Amino acid sequence: MANVPEHLLRRSAEAKAKATGVPFDQVWAEMTGGAAPAAAAAPAATATATVTTTAPVTATAPVAAAAAPAIPEGVRTQRLLTVVKARAIQQVKKEPTDKVHVWPHLLAVEFVALLVVLALLIVFSIFQDAPLLELANPNAQPNPSKAPWYFLGLQELLSYFDPQIAGVLIPGLGLAGLAIVPFIDRNRSTRPSDRKFAIMMFTFFVVAAAILTIIGSFYRGKGFNFTFPWRDGIFFDL
Amino acid sequence: MASNGNGNGRTSLGERIAGVGTRIRGSEAWESIFRPGSPMRKGYGDTPRNRSYVIMNNVLYHLHPVKVKRHGVRLSYTLCLGGLSFFLFILLTITGIFLMFYYTPSATQAYPDIASLSTDVAFGQIVRNLHRWGAHLMVITVFLHMTRVFYHGAYKPPREFNWVVGVVLLLLTLLLSFTGYLLPWDQLALWAVTVGTNMGGYAPVFGDQVSFVLLGGLQVGAPTLLRFYVLHVLALPFLIVIFMAVHFWRVRKDGGISGPL
Ligand code: HEM
Repeated sequence: MANVPEHLLRRSAEAKAKATGVPFDQVWAEMTGGAAPAAAAAPAATATATVTTTAPVTATAPVAAAAAPAIPEGVRTQRLLTVVKARAIQQVKKEPTDKVHVWPHLLAVEFVALLVVLALLIVFSIFQDAPLLELANPNAQPNPSKAPWYFLGLQELLSYFDPQIAGVLIPGLGLAGLAIVPFIDRNRSTRPSDRKFAIMMFTFFVVAAAILTIIGSFYRGKGFNFTFPWRDGIFFDL
Repeated sequence: MASNGNGNGRTSLGERIAGVGTRIRGSEAWESIFRPGSPMRKGYGDTPRNRSYVIMNNVLYHLHPVKVKRHGVRLSYTLCLGGLSFFLFILLTITGIFLMFYYTPSATQAYPDIASLSTDVAFGQIVRNLHRWGAHLMVITVFLHMTRVFYHGAYKPPREFNWVVGVVLLLLTLLLSFTGYLLPWDQLALWAVTVGTNMGGYAPVFGDQVSFVLLGGLQVGAPTLLRFYVLHVLALPFLIVIFMAVHFWRVRKDGGISGPL
């Protein structure tokens, strides 16, 4: 028998108890071969798969073997179909997990999310027109001239560093650094408490980028000089 | 449907319409379109088998497996950000095609074409608004999607490569937005793109050549408009669709959405 995680066993025992009207403890005892619920008081959701597979399942094995009909000598009941090499591109190892149908559960959620975003976008578009200034004129540079908002952090950097650094080196390194994140971070754990350093670094860069972008957007006025938006107004368009 | 309850033995209009509906849904043509298990077919019942068929016998099977981990459907895990980025891309494609009907990528025509959207074209202004605000929103959702993936550690093996594909998608999203920015050919467009492309011109060794190829000249002008237009409506969408296809495929081949924390 496959290693069924305890929370799944528990869920099915609960369902069976509800359907047949038999008390939960009795169903549980049948399913696990008499082992008392390992952590009856703890909510199932807190149990992790790796910890819980051991206790009830070892208890199951002898009972399952005893209950199965005896197989006559010499009758083969299994055969080897194929050997799948590990490290293939697909995840071939399959453990029982808690799954739900995509239809309707996931599709319904996606559809609602789609409708909400569409509705918000339509309402916003009704009340706010996209900007259209005067015809482009190469001889009349507006003051200030700003890049699109997502580049304003970089433009802000231009006022501190040489263009070679702010315009080329930093975005280049940033993009390359982002791409190789999975190869630098060799820590396999996904638990936030195990990844304090990674989270700290990423948060630092995101916040730094956000601050630079906000300064570049709102706090830079004529001649890209420092201003306060509440004093001199806002000097950028979307 | 034999009796309509008023005792005169005649079927009411509603019943007859329902009858026609059932007959259409049972017809061979209809069944050739909707494969077995589709909710559009006659006699669909909400059974686990049919729930599987809805995906398995549907083009959606290219995007979704039949079942996903329970935590994967919780809105609080993905916040739907990847899915919404994709939806916004579709919306931008639809509104973009509409805009293409009215837009000429020439320095003399572009600006009047955009200006007349609000006066001469039915729904022109709102479609333009949707396209513009949707584009800004897509930059935001893609960025937020990336941060959510990072905080979940969802780039760890076996998903390293999909993260790299994601970084390419982020870059392509920014480039799509940037090239589109020039197309209205107003002061905002011209100078935002001038400032943006000036940065690239500082690249060592090939900086000048690269910016010359991108701009089709020494500064942003009529050839730039045509180049950015072609990049915006053809080259970049083509690339991003390919990378999205790989991205979605890898999400599934890497074992579906990453595990709960
Ligand atoms: C056009 C842009 C993008 C689209 C349409 C897109 C779409 C998606 C979708 C639909 C998913 C499924 C899960 C979810 O919705 O969160 C996903 C997962 C993923 N995406 Fe993206 N994505 C984009 C950009 C990115 C970027 C910029 C990155 C990272 C740099 C990235 C990295 C990933 C990874 C690693 C996964 C797997 C996450 C997991 O298993 O939990 N994607 N993407």
